[in-house]
Order: sequence, then C-alpha cells, then structure tokens
Amino acid sequence: MKISVIEFPGSNCDHDAYEWPLRMFGKAPERVWYADRDLKRADLVIIPGGFSYGDYLRCGAMAARSPVMEEVVAHAKRGGYVIGICNGFQILCESGLLPGALLKNRTLTFLCLEVVLRCETTNAPFTASLRKGDLLRMPIAHGDGNYYCDEKTLRGLLDEERVAFRYVSPEGRVADEWNFNGSMDAIAGILSENRRVLGMMPHPERASEALLGSTDGAAILRSAAKAIDKNGKVEQNG
Amino acid sequence: MKARVHVFLKEGVLDPQGKAVASALQTLGFEEVLSVRQGKFFDIETSSLPKGANEERLKEYCKKLLANPVIENFKVEVIEP
Repeated sequence: MKISVIEFPGSNCDHDAYEWPLRMFGKAPERVWYADRDLKRADLVIIPGGFSYGDYLRCGAMAARSPVMEEVVAHAKRGGYVIGICNGFQILCESGLLPGALLKNRTLTFLCLEVVLRCETTNAPFTASLRKGDLLRMPIAHGDGNYYCDEKTLRGLLDEERVAFRYVSPEGRVADEWNFNGSMDAIAGILSENRRVLGMMPHPERASEALLGSTDGAAILRSAAKAIDKNGKVEQNG
Repeated sequence: MKARVHVFLKEGVLDPQGKAVASALQTLGFEEVLSVRQGKFFDIETSSLPKGANEERLKEYCKKLLANPVIENFKVEVIEP
C-alpha cells in the first residue's frame, strides 16, 4: 500500500500524518506539495490538519481549489482512498468530495481536548476492523468543527449508513453535553458514497502511540491498510 | 468594473457569531436588538468586461469561490460598470 500526505501552506499536522504510517508500518509515506499534481502513485491520500491558507475566506476553501486537490478528486473518482483529518475534513467538504460544511463551534472557542467517538458503521475500509459501537478516545483541536448539512443530505447520510463516528459520553451515549462543538446529530466523521473517502474532525494520528495517551486511532489506519491490501491497488492515472 | 459582493449565511444555518454579537449589543443596553446575522462583503475591481457580462461574471466568482452554497447565499451589486 502506498500512502501520500498532502502539504498545504499552513498545514500543521502534516508531520503527525507522516509519522503515523511510518511508526505503525515502518514505511515512510510520500509528501506531496499542494502546487504539485503528482500523487506519487498513492492508494491512500492523507489530507492533514492545520490552517491551510490561514483559514482565509472559509476553513479549507482555498486549499480545496488548489492544483493538488483536482488530482485528489480524480483519485477519489477512480476509487482511490482518502482520509481528511480536521482541516482535511473541511477541505474535503469544500471540494465537494463529502457533503455538508463545518461551521464555527457553538462555543465560539477553539476546542482542544480529548473526546470519545463511537464507531457507527463497519461497512467502510477505515472501520472494517472495528466493531459497531466501539469507543475510541482521541483529541480534537479545532475552531470550526460544527458539522452542518441540510435535512435531505442528513437523511441520505443516515439511510446509507455514512456516519462513521459520533461524539459520545465515556459510556458511549449520544448526549448534548458531549457534543462539544454542536455538530448536527453529534457527527464527528462521515463517508463518501463509495465509502472510500473519510472525513473526521478528531485526530486519530495523534492517538496511535501509548506515549500520546491513546492508541485507539491506530485501528483506523490499520483497518484501511488491510482493506486496501485485500481490494488491490488503486488504478493510477496514466 | 467596481462591484460589491455580499455573502451571508442561509436562513436556518446556525450563526454563533451573530448570536454573540446580538447578546453583546443587548448587554450594552440596546435592548431592542432581537437578532443579528453576521455576513461579509467583498469590494472587487476588475478590468472592463463585455457589456452586460458583469453580473453573470460576479455570480461565477461566488459559485466558484466566494460563497459555499451548502451554507451561504450571495448578492452581487455592480457599483461602476
């Protein structure tokens, strides 16, 4: 499996994303600069967190329109795998690969804390090794993570079981006080129609080593790696 | 052309900033304030465009970049053709 990490001006989790597969599998991913168009034969593209373009205009808006994102969209349309974390999730929504948008947190503050996620579907490469209802601890660090979409889109996401993760209490219950940023239906992560694109606000790459306080995030990358090996390499452009 | 483009949240989309501004105004004694919705505008200058093309062109700016159709509406205003 080949992994590429996209770097935008203002990305600040690109090193975390780079270390994620390196430390788990002992194999370094490729780095791809936003102005380039070569995804370096990636099966899985990681769009890391940060503040691409200083969050100018809207979070992720400028990055979504950069040259490399045209290639990421084409990669996804060919059946390629993509995970967008935090700012990466915002970029995926702005690029149209995922529905909805991330609004300002309802607290109007930047939220930097550990949350508990509940796995809502195992029908996706990123969650296939988990069990439905599994609880994962990992950090969030964002000002705009309040997931929003219109009612029709929400109904579609629910009907197609495309909500990957929800914010829950430590016991695994959806409750308003544990939905810190105010996301619609406590949504923390969603899947594309073909289930190969995952966007999530929490940071699994910062919760994949015991030293960091949680190793729960490792399951997401391990799961994706397994699914990609099983399904075969992603078709490349040209 | 000189133009001003307004971009604002759609009705029904939560606007926590607007809410905070409304409550700050109320705290300052402006008790008549019922609600505030916060938006933004862009003052744009362009080289001259073919006659009659201005508005359409501005709408394209909005659709391609300035507004996110999931959450925002826009209004374009040509100030000087």
